[in-house]
Formats: sequence, structure tokens, C-alpha cells
Amino acid sequence: MPLIEIRDLHFYRGDRAIFKGVDLDIYRGKVTAIMGPSGTGKTTLLKLIGGQLLPDQGSIKIDGQDVHQLKHAQLYELRKRMGMLFQSGALLTDISVFDNVAFPLREHTDLPESMIRDLVLMKLQAVGLRNAKDLMPAELSGGMARRVALARAVSLDPMMIMYDEPFTGQDPISMGTLVNLIKRINQSMGLTSIVVSHDLEETMAIADDIYLLSDGRVIERGTPETLQNSSSEWVKQFMEGLPDGPVSFHYPGVGFEDDLLRSKAAK
Amino acid sequence: MDGIQRLGRWAIGTSERLGRGYLFLMAILAGVPSTLMRFSLVIQQLYSVGVLSVFLILISGLFVGMVLGLQGYYTLVDFGAEESLGVMVALSLVRELGPVVSALLFAGRAGSALTAEIGLMKSTEQLSGMEMMAVDPIRRIITPRFLAGFISLPLLAAIFSAVGIIGGYIVGYGLLGVDDGAFWTQMQTKTDLYADIMNGVIKSVVFGFVVTWIALFEGHDAIPTSEGVGRATTRTVVHSAFAILSLDFVLTALMFGEV
Repeated sequence: MPLIEIRDLHFYRGDRAIFKGVDLDIYRGKVTAIMGPSGTGKTTLLKLIGGQLLPDQGSIKIDGQDVHQLKHAQLYELRKRMGMLFQSGALLTDISVFDNVAFPLREHTDLPESMIRDLVLMKLQAVGLRNAKDLMPAELSGGMARRVALARAVSLDPMMIMYDEPFTGQDPISMGTLVNLIKRINQSMGLTSIVVSHDLEETMAIADDIYLLSDGRVIERGTPETLQNSSSEWVKQFMEGLPDGPVSFHYPGVGFEDDLLRSKAAK
Repeated sequence: MDGIQRLGRWAIGTSERLGRGYLFLMAILAGVPSTLMRFSLVIQQLYSVGVLSVFLILISGLFVGMVLGLQGYYTLVDFGAEESLGVMVALSLVRELGPVVSALLFAGRAGSALTAEIGLMKSTEQLSGMEMMAVDPIRRIITPRFLAGFISLPLLAAIFSAVGIIGGYIVGYGLLGVDDGAFWTQMQTKTDLYADIMNGVIKSVVFGFVVTWIALFEGHDAIPTSEGVGRATTRTVVHSAFAILSLDFVLTALMFGEV
């Protein structure tokens, strides 16, 4: 039985449909990647899973609980078992790295400060930043900030973790570190991971299962190998990074020639 | 037709924002009991919202009091009533200028800082991050700031009035030679604890409530971009000024109307 079951998910922003009937299953212990071009609503999907947004139709069940039917207190209880790594890291900028990682522990447990210290040092050791514990978030590079955010996301030992574009804007060393960390943490802590990304190579390296989204629907689902061998034009365009194909390079609207002729006519 | 449509759109937009602001206030108030249990969060904010505003209040209060002393003296001396300078300065400050000017200064200094802080926390996903860590940002971030603003402003207004009276005294007694016995005695006999001082305190409590609410709501409702946060900060100062001055009129009419 999957940990997360998404059925017939519809979501609109104003009149624009972001999801038009998405079905997804995310299995326990696996790294599931959700991929697709920019603007397909990947981050929106994570916010829907986390209960920060309400769908217009359909349901999302996590561990058998319908996220959007839960009361406020129940949703917050569920969130204690979920971790999320934001694209920006979302570290609290007025407190140190140590205090950021300690934040969920101090908020949700009555552990003595000595034990919190040990736990925070263990989490920071896991991401290689134990010696950066006294730095402020503004003193961290983008890659370091994401690793601190990862340490914070796993500080309460969640059952699952969601990664929002973890590789965007990273240098090759940070990228490699993050790829290894995500895989390692998933295995060592027995987590279920959802990685939202459009970085193909890195995501393919760690994902057990991949969903490709476009135009509000799941276009393809499979392991990295099956997707690489897919005959679908859309999948080929995405996998090979072709500028034009089923996904148009140009933003939809008036044709270029019409636009030029219209501007001449206006003169 | 365009004008009517724009008016309709503006009316709907404003009603929507007022509704959101009301719900936001209800969420803040619902968080008050749990925030009072962790009063250390409020104390941290009392420092940044209140203590850091003290210097501005001290300097402004002193100069406003000095100007009142000068202006009052030149008016009263024509009637041979310069001994009433103390009561004139005290009543002007305690009833009106103390609550109003300190609230306007508070909106500019602390209100704009609160909006910018909350707006930036929103745009850098810190509030979302907190929600996903199962920490309610309203209770953890917003309510402590609200209580700090609500507590700080009446105290700042009291400091403003006290320093202003000293400023008036320095000018009246030190520079213009008003009798200091008359200055203090008249002030003592003519200033009523309830009719004057308590009404001034009620005003500053109301202004503290409204200015902090506006500042926090604007930050929380800001479009999460640098331009959006900038606009929200401006709106905080402008809306707070409108709210302070219009509420001042209403409160003055209610409090002193029958006099």
C-alpha cells in the first residue's frame, strides 16, 4: 500500500488549471521524483500534499489520512511526521545554524537542552556542517543553507521528506553532495522521499520511481530506465532537452507573423 | 462604464481585504492564551518594538514639549496668564499629542519594521517553512509581536508626555521665567486622573492595537516580492496615519463631547 495516494487531483489558480485530474502513488522507502518543465505546478503539488493549499477536487491521502479532511490540530500532528526542504532553504534568518536545527525539537519536545545539543550535532554531522553550527544563515552559501535545511527537516525523524528543487542553482560539488545526501538519508533513516526537480541527470541518479507532469496531467510514469527507453515524443523532448516539440518553446498566444503584421497595420 | 467597473472592483477588493484582516485578527487573538504561556517570546519583541523606539520618542517628546512651551507662553502672556503654561502643556500632551504623535512615530519606526520583517519572512518562505514544521506562524511569530506592540505604545506615549512636560518646563521656567511653583501647582490641580490621563491612556491603547494589527496584516498579506514588501510597508505607514487621526477624532468626540 502506498504511503501517499493522490486521486483525481484538480487545482486551479484563478481560471488557470494547474492540475486536471492527477493520480499518483508514492511508495514507502522509495525516492519518487516528480519532474516536468517549469510552471507545471510541481511546487504546488508539494504544497497540496503538505496541506498548505486546498485542491478544488480530488483527494490526497497520507498514511491513510485524507490531508484536506483533517482538523487544524490533526494536520499539525501529521506535519510533525513530514519534512520539507524548500528551494530557498527557508532557514530562520535571525537565529544561528544550531538554533535552526534545534527549532523543531524545542517547539515539539520537552527534551533537556543537553540532549537537544547532542541531537542537533548528530544531524549537522550527517550533513557535514557540525563545525558551521555557530554561523548565521546569511553567512552560508546556497548549498550549505540547503544542507542545514535538510538537517532541520530530519531533526524530528519524519516518515517522509519532500524536496523542492533541491539541485537548482548549485555548483557541481554542492550538487554531488546533495545527491548523495538525499540517497543516503533516505536509506539510513528508512524515509520516503519525494523529489520535485527538473534537473534530469541528478534526479535520475537517485530516483526509484519517476512521474513526468505536463499540462496538468501525468504524462508518463516509470523507473529511470523505462523512461529513458520510452517512445513518447513528449518524454523524448524532456529527456533529451530539445527546445521544441510537444512542449512549445514559445508561450502560447498570437503567432509571430500576425503580431508583426498587426504592428504594421497599426502604423 | 469603465469607471463603474473600476469602482466595483475597488469595492470588492477592499471588502475582501477587510474580511481577510478581520480573520487575521481573530487568528491573532485566538493565539493570545498560548503566547501568554510563553511570555519570553513577547519580551524579545518588547525589546525590538518598544525599547528600540524609546530614543525616538524621548527626543520627539522633548522638542514637542519645548515648542508647546514657547507657543503657549506667547499666547498666554497677552492675557497675563503665563502661569497657566504648565496646565496647557500637560493637557495638550496627555489628552492629544502624547497618544497621537507617539502613535504616528511608532507606526513609522516600529510598524514599518514589523511589516518589512513579516513580509520578508513570507517572501523567503520562512512562514511556510514553519507551517511545514508544524509550528503555527501566527502563534509563534505574529501574536508575540502583536502583544508587544499593544503593550509598548501606551508606555511610549506616557514617556512622550512626561518628557514633553519636562521640555515645556525647561522653556517656560528656564528660558522665559515662568514661576515654577505656579507651573507645577496649576498642572496638578487642573489635570484630572480619569478625564484627562486615563482618556489619553485609552487612546494610546486603541492606537497600539490598531497600528500593530495594520502593520502585521500588511506584512502577512504582502505580495512576496521586493516591490510587494515595499508597497506593504508604505501602506502600513499611510493606513496607520489615517486610522490614528480618524480614530482620534472619534475617541475625542466620545470622551470629551459632553464637556
